[in-house]
Amino acid sequence: MSAPAISVEGVGQTFGKRVIFQNVSFDIAVGEIFVVLGGSGCGKSTLLKQMIGLLSPTAGQITVLGHDVARETDAVRRSIGVMFQSGALFGSMTLIDNIMLPLALFTDLPLAARQDIARLKLALVGLADAENLLPSEISGGMAKRAAIARALALDPPLLFLDEPSAGLDPITGAGLDRLILDLRAALDCTFVVITHELQSIFAIADRCVMLDREAQGMIALGVPAELRRSSDNATVQAFFNRQPTVQPRGA
Amino acid sequence: MNAAQLEIRTEGGGTILCFTGPLTARAIAPLWSRALATAKAPTPLTLDLAQAEMIDTSGAALLLAIERAHDHTITWHGLTDAQTKLLTQLRAALPQGAPIMPAPATIVRRSLWRTLLIRVGFFGETILATLALPRKLRFLRGAEFFRLADRAGTQAVPLVAMMGFLIGMILAFQSAIPMRQFGAEIYVAALVAISLFRELGPLLAAVILAGRTGSAFAAELGTMRVNEEVDALVTMGVDPETMLVIPRMAAAMLVMPALTLGIDIAGLLGMGFVMMILGFPPDAVIGQVQMATSPHDLLLGLFKSLVFGAAIGLIGCRAGLTAGGGPRAVGEAATSAVVGGIVAIILLDGLFAVIFYRLGL
Repeated sequence: MSAPAISVEGVGQTFGKRVIFQNVSFDIAVGEIFVVLGGSGCGKSTLLKQMIGLLSPTAGQITVLGHDVARETDAVRRSIGVMFQSGALFGSMTLIDNIMLPLALFTDLPLAARQDIARLKLALVGLADAENLLPSEISGGMAKRAAIARALALDPPLLFLDEPSAGLDPITGAGLDRLILDLRAALDCTFVVITHELQSIFAIADRCVMLDREAQGMIALGVPAELRRSSDNATVQAFFNRQPTVQPRGA
Repeated sequence: MNAAQLEIRTEGGGTILCFTGPLTARAIAPLWSRALATAKAPTPLTLDLAQAEMIDTSGAALLLAIERAHDHTITWHGLTDAQTKLLTQLRAALPQGAPIMPAPATIVRRSLWRTLLIRVGFFGETILATLALPRKLRFLRGAEFFRLADRAGTQAVPLVAMMGFLIGMILAFQSAIPMRQFGAEIYVAALVAISLFRELGPLLAAVILAGRTGSAFAAELGTMRVNEEVDALVTMGVDPETMLVIPRMAAAMLVMPALTLGIDIAGLLGMGFVMMILGFPPDAVIGQVQMATSPHDLLLGLFKSLVFGAAIGLIGCRAGLTAGGGPRAVGEAATSAVVGGIVAIILLDGLFAVIFYRLGL
C-alpha cells in the first residue's frame, strides 16, 4: 500500500480552555477526494488551517506528502494549493495576473509562457473570457472558480478547497463539483474539501470525516453513502438524513 | 526535482523535439523559448515524449503552445493514454481565437463633470439630512459619537501638543534672526502669537485632522461600502448621511476648536521657551502677547477651525461613501480624503482671509 497523501494522527486544538476538537486521526490516500464535514463551529476550518500550516495543532501530528507540517512547513506549502472560502483573490490584480503571480514567484518561465499557462488554467475552470476582469467585477461563483485556477497554478499534487460551493446557487455549485471531479480525472491530484453541503458531499467525496462540536472531535470516518446507511451515531444520521423543520409548501 | 531536458534532432528532413524529465511548471522554464522557436520552422515536426516522466497542465500548456506555433501536422510519439486525455481535455477547454479583452475597469475613470455632480450632490444630501435631523434623532447613537470624538480628538492631543510646541519654537527661532538686525526681538512673541491664533493654529490642526481622521473616516466608510453595510442601512430605510456622516462631521467640528486651542497653547510655550533662551523673561513675553493680540484673534481662529472640521469630516465621509469596489477603492478613498481635505482647508483659509479683510476683522 502506498504512503498516504496526508496523515493526521491524534490531532487536537484548544484556544485557552476552549477545546475545539481532540484526538482526530485519519489518513487520506493519494488521488482521493476527501471531505471534511460537520456543523458550524465544529472545527472544519481549524483542521484545514492545521493541515496547510497556518495553525499549529496543540496535540498530535500532521504529515503531508511525507513532510511534518509543523517542522517542514515550507516543503508542504510548495506541494499544495489552497482555495479559501472567500476566494481571497488579490483585488488589485486581474484574474490572469492573480494566476500568473505564483508562476512568476516560483518559476523562471518567460512572461509569454506564464500567460499561456494562466490562460489554460482559466480555460480549465471555464473563465477563458474573463482574464482581464478584476475580482470586484465577477460573481461569487466565478471568484471561486478563479481561486481554484490560482490554486492550480503550479499544478500541486494536493489541493485544499474551503467550502467551494457555499453561498452559490445549486447549478453553479453543481458545476464546481463537476469541475473538481474533472480536475481529479485530468490531473490525478488529491483533494481535501471542507463543506457541509450534502449534495456536494455525495457528488464528489470518496471518503469523509465528520467532526462534531458536542463530541469535540470526529464522530465518523468512511464513505458518505455507507455512513448514511449504516452509522449508528445519531448526529451522523441527523446530518445525512436531515429533515426540513418546516414542511415545504404543497407537501 | 530534475530539470526537464530538450534534445532537438533532425531526421529525414523533419525535426524531432525529444523531451526528457518532468514537464512541470518548475521544470520547463529553460526549454520553453527554444522549443517554441524550433516549432515555428515549417519542417515536419515530431514530439517525442517517451522519456517525459510526467506532464502537468503547465507541461501541457507548453505542448499546446508548440502545437499552435507549428502550422503543420505534428507527429506525437510516446504519449500515454492519460496524457493524451489531458491534452484533449485542455484543447477543448481553450477558447478558439484570441482571448476576449474586455476593457479593464481600472482605466475607467469618472468624468470631471460626474465627479463634481457626486460631490455637490453629497453636500446637498448632507445639508438635507442635517435639516431633517430633528425628526431622525433616534438614528443617532451617543456612544458612537463619543467613540468618534475620542479617536479624532483625545487621541490626537499628544501629536497636536508636540507639533504645536515645535512649530512655536521654529517660528520663534526663524523670526528672531531677521528681527535681531533691527533690535526688535521682543516682537517675535507678538508675531508668533498672532500667526498661531489667526492662521497656523487652525491650519495645522486641520492638516492633522485631515491626515489622521479624514483618512480614517474614508477608510472605515469605504470598507462599509465594499462590504455592503451601507446598502444594508439604505434598505433598512436609514439614510447613511444621518447615521454615518452627521456624527462624524459633528465629532470633527467638536474636536477641531479644542485641537486648535491645544496647538495655540503648545506653540506659545515653544515660543516662550525660545524667548527665554534668547534672554527675555516670561513676564515680558506674556506682556508682549497680551498687547499684540486680542480675544477676537483667538475667536476668529477657533471659528475657522470649526468650519475646517466640518469640511474635513464631510470630505472624508464623501470619499468613503462614494468609494468603488474592492480593497483598492478603500485606499483610493483614504488618499482622496486627505488630498481633498487639505486642498479644501487651504481654499477656505484663502476665502476667510478675503472675508476678514473686507470686514476689517
